[in-house]
Amino acid sequence: MAKSIDVSDLNIYYGDFLAVEGVSMTIKARSVTAFIGPSGCGKSTMLRSLNRMHEVIPGARVEGKVMVDGQSLYGPDVDPVAVRRSIGMVFQRPNPFPTMSIYDNVLAGSRLNSRKLSKADADDIVERSLTHANLWNEVKDRLGKPGQGLSGGQQQRLCIARAIAVEPEVLLMDEPCSALDPISTSAIEDLIHELKSDYTIVIVTHNMQQAARVSDETGFFNLKAAGQPGHLVEFNATKKMFTNPDEPATEAYISGRFG
Amino acid sequence: MTATLNPPEAERSEKPASRRGDRIFAGLARGAGLTILLALAAVFIFLFVEGWNGLNAEEATYRPATDFLGYIGPLILSTILAAIIALIVAVPFAIGIALFISHYAPRRLATPVAYVIDLLAAVPSVVFGLWGGRYLADLLQPVHVWLHDRLGFLPFFGPDPASPNGRSLFTAGIVLAIMILPIITAISREVFAQTPRLHEEAALALGATRWEMIRYAVFPYARSGMVSGVMLGLGRALGETMAVAMVLAVTPVATLNVIGTASPATIASNIALNYKEATPSRQSLLIATGLVLFAVTFAINFFARWIVGRNERKQAKA
Amino acid sequence: MSSTVALSHAKLPRWAPALVGVVSLAAAGLPAMLLGWGLFAWLVASVLLFLAALPGWSLVVEGRRSAVDRLMTGLVWSAFGVAVLPLVWLIYVVVDQGAQAINGEFLTYSMRGVIGDEQGGVYHALIGTVFITLAATVVSVPIGILTAVYLVEYGGRSKLARWITFLVDVMTGIPSIVAGLFALALVVLIFGPAFRMGFGGSIALSLLMIPTVVRSAEEMFRLVPMDLREASYALGVPKWRTILKVVVPTAIGGVITGIVLAISRVIGETAPLLVVAGATDGVNFNLFDGRMTTLPVFIYSQYAQSTPAGYQRAWGGALVLIAIVMLLNLIARLLGKLLAPKKA
Ligand SMILES: Nc1ncnc2c1ncn2[C@@H]1O[C@H](COP(=O)(O)OP(=O)(O)OP(=O)(O)O)[C@@H](O)[C@H]1O
Ligand SMILES: [Mg+2]
Repeated sequence: MAKSIDVSDLNIYYGDFLAVEGVSMTIKARSVTAFIGPSGCGKSTMLRSLNRMHEVIPGARVEGKVMVDGQSLYGPDVDPVAVRRSIGMVFQRPNPFPTMSIYDNVLAGSRLNSRKLSKADADDIVERSLTHANLWNEVKDRLGKPGQGLSGGQQQRLCIARAIAVEPEVLLMDEPCSALDPISTSAIEDLIHELKSDYTIVIVTHNMQQAARVSDETGFFNLKAAGQPGHLVEFNATKKMFTNPDEPATEAYISGRFG
Repeated sequence: MTATLNPPEAERSEKPASRRGDRIFAGLARGAGLTILLALAAVFIFLFVEGWNGLNAEEATYRPATDFLGYIGPLILSTILAAIIALIVAVPFAIGIALFISHYAPRRLATPVAYVIDLLAAVPSVVFGLWGGRYLADLLQPVHVWLHDRLGFLPFFGPDPASPNGRSLFTAGIVLAIMILPIITAISREVFAQTPRLHEEAALALGATRWEMIRYAVFPYARSGMVSGVMLGLGRALGETMAVAMVLAVTPVATLNVIGTASPATIASNIALNYKEATPSRQSLLIATGLVLFAVTFAINFFARWIVGRNERKQAKA
Repeated sequence: MSSTVALSHAKLPRWAPALVGVVSLAAAGLPAMLLGWGLFAWLVASVLLFLAALPGWSLVVEGRRSAVDRLMTGLVWSAFGVAVLPLVWLIYVVVDQGAQAINGEFLTYSMRGVIGDEQGGVYHALIGTVFITLAATVVSVPIGILTAVYLVEYGGRSKLARWITFLVDVMTGIPSIVAGLFALALVVLIFGPAFRMGFGGSIALSLLMIPTVVRSAEEMFRLVPMDLREASYALGVPKWRTILKVVVPTAIGGVITGIVLAISRVIGETAPLLVVAGATDGVNFNLFDGRMTTLPVFIYSQYAQSTPAGYQRAWGGALVLIAIVMLLNLIARLLGKLLAPKKA
């Protein structure tokens, strides 16, 4: 079910402001792709354009092509709602629905898709998703409690469970660990490793070690100058990026000599 | 820097003067606050003192009824019926418009729409009354006939014939609806706009349509705000005077029929219509009915604000 | 496991809503013409038709969820349309009818000795409105602003401050007729049952104005950055002078805007004045003795006469009143813009 994504000549705008310019890349199926780069270079923007969350912001639009398994994401008869259903997303800050229990949070997506869900099916989805997100053992006794009562790391795993409960084909993660402590972070990194066998994963991170640890391929974004649009500097296998990158700018950024 | 170099004596000699100024000013400010509390208490006390005689005066005072309950009963019934009509009509529209401003309208349209709704709030009630009595009643008269013909078997629309000029409780309720629309809209709009983007995006990222996003992320978050907006609207509808006084054709006979030729006045409009009968006992009676209205609206507003406050405290904790 | 979830499913074309809209108008137009419906009924029928047709089509082509979404979108848009209608209509009627009534004489004559269809005017009511509203402003502004100062600068989180905040909120919901009855009870208790005076109306209006003034001033004072106060304290300026010289001047624009808006709100009040200030045909310059008519009360009394001339005068008064209210709103907005602290 995992799919590859082909991006070609993508320009992303906020109103008249060109935020990201001329990106082309191929994101492989069943692999983890990391986006790195300095703040404001458009990583989140790029990520959000992969499941059409970008256009939720008033005035935001894109030019160029994004193909998912040969199907254009921005084609005239493509339904953004359907896109988001099959390309899930995890946000920087954990955002479980505040008025729902843990159980209902996991089911939120499934409830949208099929009107009637038998109790057994629902229980099954909840257990499977939470187990997959490495959270089941911690919460199985308090599924009826509100999701916001969990710790930050648990909440983030709950959001991952919620995203994978609808069985998406691609999972996008925007700095999923930036609000978490090292232990929760490593739990989520482990989770990414496991999920890789079923999903295509794209992750934005500011943590070089994390990119090196979890990803197979890495894209480095940068700004030419302040106020200029961000662009993709280099896209390569992670091993190569961190040992012997093609571009000097990549090496400068990764080794911390950036400025 | 000079302050640290000053000998302590100098500082001490400065203090009393500024302290006295501070104390006087603080006293004034506090006094103003207390004045408000006193005024509110005074409202209760004066209405009580002046209205007390109206509660058990001699029978003739309560013409055409014979005691206080008999007098105020039909008024209460009309007040509630008119308020219910107003809420039934206003709430869906208010919430729809609030959603339109916060989530549906293109940004260029949202601001002027919000402004237009605020303008609606600025129109004086006497102008609404004038317009309701002279124009809206005529426009709605066929609706009265239609309701009577189709739903006349319900006690609200029959069995008496429909009003020939539209000056019924129904029309009054519609005018009230237009008048309370702005406040419900304003409060709902505010809570809708405060829904954290994070939750909205969480819903959208799961593949929710816009309406589903609103149901999943916006409504649960905004529920208590909406409830208190509706309560405040209810308070307004119960207390509105002139619009009802100018639209409604009045009879003292209690009836459930809201589209008939005439209905009892509401509590508030009854006061405005009868203030001229200034015999002292009649005056006390009107003040007593005002006391009842005050108590009811006070309780409703108290409750509405309490809900809002509770919600704010909850969010402060989270 | 879902195999290949389609990204696109059948979708209505972009122009579908427009098409359905036109078709609905046309389809409702047929019976409207045949049965002689008015413009109003025709529009209502078209909207209903549209709200049924578009989601219906969507249900067949796009499925249930999209259909619900389209239905709700349609409902939200029509809610907006329907709400704007009465306002437009009302403004149109007031301007149209009012313009026929207004002329120089209307604005400069009172109703004293006016019989039958003679024109008469609103002069006495304008005087009454200005006097009573000014007096109400004089009473409520100091109390309102000082209370706001107390809440922001002195009250902190004390019990008294929290009670005042809460009760001020509750006070905004007091029916205006109750404020009028309170003032009446007060006046009657002191001066006897038949006594009326304009200042009684001012008391009632103050009761309605104070909460608005407190709320807006409080909000403005809270916006003044803490740094400014601390900078002043650090210079050894006592607290009360800091408030008077730093806090109030910084917030003054917003406070004045709030006051003007509060005035525009109470200037249209009818019921409390009807009860306590009464109505009269002549000019009265004395706030403390005798009946005093205000513009809203004038409108009501003319309306209550139920004569064509009375209605005409009522519309004229309504236009003058609306013009004043809108002008005050405009002034409030302009002042708010002009006096806003300039941002660096
Ligand atoms: N909602 C928005 N409206 C307008 N411009 C925006 C918006 N969001 C982001 N931008 C702009 O787009 C550019 C890219 O922002 P983006 O959030 O994608 O950066 P980022 O690489 O994710 O940064 P960070 O690492 O800090 O998250 C920035 O110049 C930013 O100012
Ligand atoms: Mg980002």
